[in-house]
Amino acid sequence: MKRIERQGFGQFLFYNWRFDDDGHPRDDFNLNEDQYRNASILVAGKNFGCGSSREHAPWALLDYGFKVVIAPSFADIFYNNCVKNGILPIALNQDTVSELFSKSKNGYELFVELDKQQVSDASGAVATFNIDPYWKEMLLNGWDEVSRTLSLEDQIKQYEEKQLVGE
Amino acid sequence: MEPKTIIEKIWDKHVVHQEEGSPDLLYIDLHLVHEVTSPQAFEGLRMNKRRVRRPDLTFATMDHNVPTIARHIINDPVSKVQMEKLEENCNEFGVEIADINHPDQGIVHVIGPELGLTQPGKTIVCGDSHTSTHGAFGALAFGIGTSEVEHVLSTQTLWQSRPKTIEIRVNGHLGSGVTAKDLILAVIAKFGVNAGTGAVVEYTGEAIRNMTMEERMTVCNMSIEAGAKAGLISPDETTFLYLKGKRHTPSGEAFDDAIAEWKKLATDPGAEYDEVLEIGAEEIEPQVTWGTNPSMGSSVYARVPFPEDYEDPGDQKSIKQALAYMDLQPGTPIQNIDIQYVFIGSCTNSRLSDLRSAAEIVRGRKVHEGVTALVVPGSKSVKNAAEAEGLDTVFKDAGFEWREAGCSMCLAMNDDIVPPGERCASTSNRNFEGRQGNGARTHLVSPAMAAAAAIEGRFTDARKVKPLVV
Ligand code: SF4
Repeated sequence: MKRIERQGFGQFLFYNWRFDDDGHPRDDFNLNEDQYRNASILVAGKNFGCGSSREHAPWALLDYGFKVVIAPSFADIFYNNCVKNGILPIALNQDTVSELFSKSKNGYELFVELDKQQVSDASGAVATFNIDPYWKEMLLNGWDEVSRTLSLEDQIKQYEEKQLVGE
Repeated sequence: MEPKTIIEKIWDKHVVHQEEGSPDLLYIDLHLVHEVTSPQAFEGLRMNKRRVRRPDLTFATMDHNVPTIARHIINDPVSKVQMEKLEENCNEFGVEIADINHPDQGIVHVIGPELGLTQPGKTIVCGDSHTSTHGAFGALAFGIGTSEVEHVLSTQTLWQSRPKTIEIRVNGHLGSGVTAKDLILAVIAKFGVNAGTGAVVEYTGEAIRNMTMEERMTVCNMSIEAGAKAGLISPDETTFLYLKGKRHTPSGEAFDDAIAEWKKLATDPGAEYDEVLEIGAEEIEPQVTWGTNPSMGSSVYARVPFPEDYEDPGDQKSIKQALAYMDLQPGTPIQNIDIQYVFIGSCTNSRLSDLRSAAEIVRGRKVHEGVTALVVPGSKSVKNAAEAEGLDTVFKDAGFEWREAGCSMCLAMNDDIVPPGERCASTSNRNFEGRQGNGARTHLVSPAMAAAAAIEGRFTDARKVKPLVV
């Protein structure tokens, strides 16, 4: 994945699955179906995001319009990279995910409430999920991590003076 | 005082801020930057009108995308832009850079130690998984993602959760002709690719103590392939001797003071790890991987396994898949596997001692018919040193290509690619599907084993290919 901007990765998302060898959309991959075109919640399989330490994967999801990814489990680095880029990864048990898979057709709507840590649909609550309070606060406030750290500037300075870093 | 591991000592010394329910804020002593994972980070700084907090603790080079034949002909437009951007960003933000024409250029994990930037007790990060290499010096060094690169550029710190600690103790001595690469491949084969998940590993034991710095770097380099966040080795006289006189290490009296501090870093007797894993060095033979992750490997005398040999159905499935991708039949002796490509290079095995050990086997012999073989030194200074000893001639006379420094065939991101379906004996660290090119099949080995494979056209025990006297 080679680009120098963060935008523009959406067109490459799942490229090998979504397009055939000549670059035409394949109709057997469901992101291409009309009913999913404006989806913002992605339901995915086990250990999603495995093998990617680069952040191009979450950028592509974001660029495509996904704000939430639901899967039975996530690769560690991918999970962190998602949260840092404002995507909420939700781990639910395999059965619930399979159920969502089978329901998610023809205008099925799913709601995610981060403050309540709850996933629900028109018929009511589907599941609750866990999230580290630190990540939750960041996502809820739309904070970028750097500004949070820069608010600790005095402590960083003190550390540098005490340790004489760089001398 | 409580006895502590080196991991805890370095961690505790670098905590800037701590609070309940949140990771620790760690100070970063050295940030290494390369062209692939940095452009978006610099862009973030620019968008938010931020500066690089400590350009003096930041150092950049170009390695992943650089051409290794004609330096100035960069065929891939994106690679070209990434390199130009890095140059531009470093100029704008005041970061020192060893660009493609600079005498210090090389793979980021090769030049850090060479220049003496890598030192015991430091926290070191880079937007690259194999940053663990620097752990060989008793530094806490790990790879980070691009958001974190931006975070370190602007704050010189990083939020990190305290890792578990694991000791990997290597008892006894390695047999003659068995290398550091064989050791680390055997460790990963024995304990698996998830052995180190969430942990920092310290390598200990006689076999490790007896290693040179370059061998220790090979071992620490592959820590991430065992799933660990980082791997390190407590510093000792070998470490100090290596660092003496390097450009960025202190000199004169300051060096003695530094040594006095570094000596305090080693793990205290009686300190406890969360987990201890042991392996006997004597049992290790030259290794070859046959699958699509670094734990799928065995001795050169073994055979490709049968999926049924494994109990776990999940393992059976992944072995089946791996063998299908690798186009290997269960039961095939490793020594019967023919190869078409040989790559000697990468941050795992591209230092002077690696090239010497390969050259010793190659000297006076010819690359097997139909085999394309490359030697890609890890840095310009490795290349110069090797040429000063005439190693380039040894390789070229045998039919190897002798290239400019860079990551090259380690990953399919530049012009050096293994074609689909071809098999490569590679001294790099990853054998994932497509790593060296779409459909390419990678077998990880030591430099000596790669050299022997180049000569024979198939895998063979490098210890049996005796140096010729020429
Ligand atoms: S040589 Fe390979 S593993 Fe090392 S930094 Fe370059 S691409 Fe990464």
